[in-house]
Amino acid sequence: MKKFLSLILALLMCVFAFVACVADVDVDENASDANLEADEVEEGEADVEAEPEEKVMTHAEYVAAALDDDVVVDAYVQGKQSWWDNKATVYLQDEEGAYFAYEMACSEEDYALLEKGTHIKVKGYKAEWSGEVEIVDATFEIIEGNFVAEAVDATAWLGTDELIKHQNELVSFKGMTVENISFKNDQPGDDIYVTLSKDGVNYEFCVEFYLTGTETEVYQTVSALEQGDVVDVEGFLYWYEGPNTHITSIAVAE
Amino acid sequence: MMKKLFVLLLLSLLVFSGCHGKKGVPDDGETFHVDTGSFNEEKNYEITFWAKNDTNVAQTAIYEKAIADFEELYPNITVKYKPYTDYRRIYNDVITNIATDTTPNVCITYPDHIATYITGGDTVVPLDALMADENYGLGGKKLRFVSPQKHEIVEKFLQEGKISGTQYALPFMRSTEACYINKTFVEKLGFEIPENLTWDFVWDVSEAAMQKDDNGNFAVNGQKVMIPFIYKSTDNMMIQMLYQQSAPYASENGEVLVFNDYTKQILMDVATHAHSRAFSTFKISSYPANFLNAGQCIFAVDSTAGATWMGKDAPNCDISEDNIVDFETVIMPVPQYDTENPKMISQGPSVCVFNKEDDGEVVAAWLFTQFLLTNDVQIAYSQTEGYVPVTHMAQNSSEYSDYISREGEDNDLYYDIKIKAAKLLSENTDNTFTTPVFNGSADLRSAAGEMIEIVTKSVRRGQTVNEKFIEGVFDEASSLYRLESIEPGLSSPKKADFGPLPTGAKALIISLVSVWIILIVYAVASSKKRR
Repeated sequence: MKKFLSLILALLMCVFAFVACVADVDVDENASDANLEADEVEEGEADVEAEPEEKVMTHAEYVAAALDDDVVVDAYVQGKQSWWDNKATVYLQDEEGAYFAYEMACSEEDYALLEKGTHIKVKGYKAEWSGEVEIVDATFEIIEGNFVAEAVDATAWLGTDELIKHQNELVSFKGMTVENISFKNDQPGDDIYVTLSKDGVNYEFCVEFYLTGTETEVYQTVSALEQGDVVDVEGFLYWYEGPNTHITSIAVAE
Repeated sequence: MMKKLFVLLLLSLLVFSGCHGKKGVPDDGETFHVDTGSFNEEKNYEITFWAKNDTNVAQTAIYEKAIADFEELYPNITVKYKPYTDYRRIYNDVITNIATDTTPNVCITYPDHIATYITGGDTVVPLDALMADENYGLGGKKLRFVSPQKHEIVEKFLQEGKISGTQYALPFMRSTEACYINKTFVEKLGFEIPENLTWDFVWDVSEAAMQKDDNGNFAVNGQKVMIPFIYKSTDNMMIQMLYQQSAPYASENGEVLVFNDYTKQILMDVATHAHSRAFSTFKISSYPANFLNAGQCIFAVDSTAGATWMGKDAPNCDISEDNIVDFETVIMPVPQYDTENPKMISQGPSVCVFNKEDDGEVVAAWLFTQFLLTNDVQIAYSQTEGYVPVTHMAQNSSEYSDYISREGEDNDLYYDIKIKAAKLLSENTDNTFTTPVFNGSADLRSAAGEMIEIVTKSVRRGQTVNEKFIEGVFDEASSLYRLESIEPGLSSPKKADFGPLPTGAKALIISLVSVWIILIVYAVASSKKRR
């Protein structure tokens, strides 16, 4: 009898210790489900309280709008720069021009739905930060349609007033000479600052690591560039105290 | 007898089968203990060090040199360095890594952030016992370097790393905020910089600078752009404005007091000057230094740790050379309400040690932490910006005294604005303050600044800012940073609210009760049989 009791106790201990560990995992899974349900409810409520349609601006109207004006545009996602703390930063473009939406309200789930070409309507405020014109404090919704922009050759616009008219567009620069490559923290893992020249004049570029990551071909290729290399680059025409294209792809001339 | 012992052993195992904490130690700071005897000088340890720099590669180089020097002294310890340029990013990464038990060993951080880290239990190592350890403590016998003793760390800075009486962080560097002024423009506008800068003076000059000429250019600079007053950290702006008026912000035990009439008045003042566009912020417009150096700003408030970016001869600059204008830069303490009783915030990086399964690894991390307070590291790092070393040992060294005395000898190591910034803090250490640290204090800081951001943006967007609007801003800031969830009286270390008991725990309790019932029934039955 005593042996039997001891065995029962030992068995009970093993079973319940095992159940304890497994059950903890179950609880976490349930918590995730609960969050999803809450999100679904919120989405449902948003549908009920849909606001009247705002007038969508043309790109020309957007350009003409004053800083701090409220703006509504629709355009297509061309590049996803970052998602953090329920805020998404994306490059947008349509056939008329480009936009930079900085830290739009966006759940992680919605961010996953944004792909190159996804059509979205963005409502926010026009702002300028160190020369970069952007849409801030924005919300968005996904709408029908798809468009992927081709890079426009902007080499001839370097140093001219034409360049800023294409701010945030996907552009390319051909036959650029590498003058300097430096890492933000003096080592790979963060942004890479790139100085390229054309006809003896230097221009600043950047490999923005939030946009490209560090394991990408563009990051690795730029990391290995040497002064004097000749490259063709493609990227988004970002602005920081002057043109500061965020490079998304690069080809080194043979 | 053996059978009874076996049953007792099973019971003991059953009771302890639910415990799976690191080292089985209680998770309150008071009884947490690291066994320094576990450190084996022959065993190899790899520790990770997450550090923030001010987008200043010289600082990265100093960290790397410190690591190399340390590894030379301790060949059995390898330090893996991960650089950051943003405290908030470190904070978020640490929070993420607490969940996966992959925190760094040593981390540059703010005490506000530690207050959140320790809500998860024994995540951060209390340093009191380690500091006092006779072998590996501050000035310990077995150290292979000259570490400062406790009394050689500036007491005020050391106190800033205490949470609920427990030392969770050591200071690494200290800075404060300063106002970098375009003196040339102030005088051009007909003003003279007073001995003590006041808010009224800054607002008056800023409004005067908004005058335009017939061509639509600002009269003072002849340019299309002029934002006379730009504040980098609006968190600090609100906090200092409140403290300078002895107004409520937060109690020591975590009561949120920021939503008060003083705050309302501050926001109304901000709205007035944001409306005229005489005031803006970093988040809205960009780095104050860029505008200052381009002659588009007169009062730029930023950290003393940003001094190398300020002024026409600044060694660091993000704007092109042809956009820099000629002007005289003056650096002063932040504007004050009461010049007889100046108050300014104390800030700067602190360093903490994260708990690990292996006490020896914790000691290895602690040794590196101490090494960051040695003179070579302290002096070199302080020279990268307007920082002040945190030890008397470094501050009183001949090397540091020589450095401070050579203000303006060049525009690099001896850049005058940078050395003046360091002096500003040294001369005002007694006028510095820190805010209470508790779980949620980092969010409260953010909310304080966010209110200034919201008001500034709203005014620029044509909204009317009045008392009712500000009540709405209070609600928005409170909601955005979940301030209502801060529980006063639970000053850290606060136990995390883990919610209802998990199913597994319930099962375990049921099993314990069941086993006890079986035992009692068995004991009673046996007793009856014997009779």
